[in-house]
Amino acid sequence: MTKTTRPHAFGSLRALLGATAIGVLAASSPAFAADPIKIGVIAEAQAIAGASIPQAAQLAADEINAAGGVDGRKIEIITYDNHSSSADSVRAFQRAVNEDKVNIVIASYISEVVLALEPWAARLKMPFITPGAASNEISKSVHADYEKNKYTFHGYLTSAALALSVCDGAKDLLVDQKHLKTAVIMSEDAAWTTPLDVGYEECLPKIGLKVLDHIRFSPDTTDFTPIFNKIEGTKPDVIITGISHVGVQPTVQWKNQEVPIPMFGISSQATNSTFGKDTNDASEGVLYQGVSGPAVPVTPKSVPFTEAFNKKFGNFPSYAGYTSYDEVYYIADAVKRAGSTDADKLVAALEKTDWEGTIGRIQFYGKDDPFTHSIKYGKGLVTGLMLQWQDGKQVAVWPSEVAKAQLKFPSFIKLTSN
Amino acid sequence: MLALQILIDGFAISALYALGATGFTLIFGVSGVLNLSHGAIMVLAAVAAWAAASVLHVNTYVGALVGVAAALVAAFATYYAVVQPIQKSRRIANEEKEIFVLTGTLLWGIMIQELIAYFFTNNAKTVLPIVEGVVDIFGVRTPKNEIFTAVVCCLVIGLLWLLVNRTRTGKAVLAASMNPRGVTLLGLELTSIYVVVWGIYGILAGIAGVLLGMFLGVSSYSVGPLTASAFSIVVLGGLGSVSGSLIAAFVVGYLETLTAYLVNPAYRTIPALLLLVIVMYVRPQGLLGRR
Repeated sequence: MTKTTRPHAFGSLRALLGATAIGVLAASSPAFAADPIKIGVIAEAQAIAGASIPQAAQLAADEINAAGGVDGRKIEIITYDNHSSSADSVRAFQRAVNEDKVNIVIASYISEVVLALEPWAARLKMPFITPGAASNEISKSVHADYEKNKYTFHGYLTSAALALSVCDGAKDLLVDQKHLKTAVIMSEDAAWTTPLDVGYEECLPKIGLKVLDHIRFSPDTTDFTPIFNKIEGTKPDVIITGISHVGVQPTVQWKNQEVPIPMFGISSQATNSTFGKDTNDASEGVLYQGVSGPAVPVTPKSVPFTEAFNKKFGNFPSYAGYTSYDEVYYIADAVKRAGSTDADKLVAALEKTDWEGTIGRIQFYGKDDPFTHSIKYGKGLVTGLMLQWQDGKQVAVWPSEVAKAQLKFPSFIKLTSN
Repeated sequence: MLALQILIDGFAISALYALGATGFTLIFGVSGVLNLSHGAIMVLAAVAAWAAASVLHVNTYVGALVGVAAALVAAFATYYAVVQPIQKSRRIANEEKEIFVLTGTLLWGIMIQELIAYFFTNNAKTVLPIVEGVVDIFGVRTPKNEIFTAVVCCLVIGLLWLLVNRTRTGKAVLAASMNPRGVTLLGLELTSIYVVVWGIYGILAGIAGVLLGMFLGVSSYSVGPLTASAFSIVVLGGLGSVSGSLIAAFVVGYLETLTAYLVNPAYRTIPALLLLVIVMYVRPQGLLGRR
């Protein structure tokens, strides 16, 4: 297990300059007398979704420290690269707790990793928040054994909520506007998609989209030709996606094969600002669910955050960057309210979180809710957005309050109801 | 309709597998080296082509050439920095050299993989196809790029056959694979034959990598599976036998495509691996193996 700095293509020099700048800033910022509040950040430094996690956390910490810290205490971010591995994550977690003496941990966008860390948070009594994993099991375990698992918080939407968000968007955009009637679900075989698919199967028929087929494929798949051909054979009006480990390859093959059916749903890699470049603009027309997006004013904090992030790191944050940034802020808020970094007091304070972040208003479901410690989904809280890649940019198309554009598809897409 | 679809898709993927495995088996046949950095070199070629096109903004053809050149450089680097020092070393016992080469190339491959992930992230990259669009072949909508991939693979394999069978250098390479000692007795420098073979290998792996990047896309995660697939094709065909590898590539390619279409895309690789196990039991030397 190694502690790392942020690796990025062509960003090393910039990072070095940035680091120097932080050093100068730190030297000139107010003197902090008391012990720092240490936040351990365990993330997938080589994956685009994961790389934003420590960066956004550091940005939030720098802002808080520049404003005087929390009751005179500085926030210190300690980062660990988990190489997308559960085993490495557990070692990093142990090291963060036992050697680096962190007060709280922010970790990972991969459900399998978070589910591996959850028992360790219980054993070591260490508050722990995930900025990007989605599996329902994370918060269900907290509900099932609250006293033991109460240290885990789910700082992102559950798969169940993600399915609802996609269905809410699909109803307005596809059913009401375009009169589409049928769908095929296409999802990768992973911990987070099992509950997502259950959610899709349940909510799609309710909004008026009949599910014709359901294709689950291995996350190692590289050739999507047979999958698209199979889907086309059933003649659906839309493909509802549940993909995260894959993204670039199915999108490029969808375009190269000119599959005439639009893709709509969860496509985590499409949330990355580099997705257009990675796919040579095969991304055009892809519709994906997000919690935020560049230049989308979900809250007054969203756009200033993306601009500050872009200025500092030269790219836009992944979805887990938004949540990670918010997490550092509401952790600071919880420490302030608790007046302590004691684990149990911090958990109690976090449960009372009511924080307007970059993705909406953050509150956690309580002990009696089946998704204990997961962020609440709904109007006035976090609802998510639907975005579309148009002319090389990610633009919001739903909900109408933030939508900047109408749906637009490449010429090979035939938008019809069969 | 479905049969034609399987025929077309299976052919493209098989041709690509064949090209990828040819270089791998050639190196083994001539110099006895199992190059486990094979997948890394293919991915490097694709990522270099992608980077040249989308970061340096060169056109697709130049990008593809950059990719092949990168693989060529990497192949020579593998030979001079990893393989040759082990083969020439006096401190490593002769009978242990093979295992040292195996470990050395494996580690070298991991180093390349990690460097790619460090500089370009582990997200998949795709190379912009040289030909875009689709054509209708008796009702099967086929990307032109898929046809292009198959044609280039067949052409390159054909050129390799001409080189080996019709040129002096090629004949020396062939002779070295049959009887290295005999070749040295004829006054030919074995080392220079190795250099030629590594050069041919680099070009083959580079073209296969760039085509793979255009056809399916690659990421640093592809390194292991690509080496493994070349390895199993070569073992299935018979170690060191180029024609055996070609046949095995088509067997594996079509078996995978049939499984994906007729059974389930999630089980695509399983039947080919089962076949490999069966062949290992019944005919350990592979389909066309000599030893």
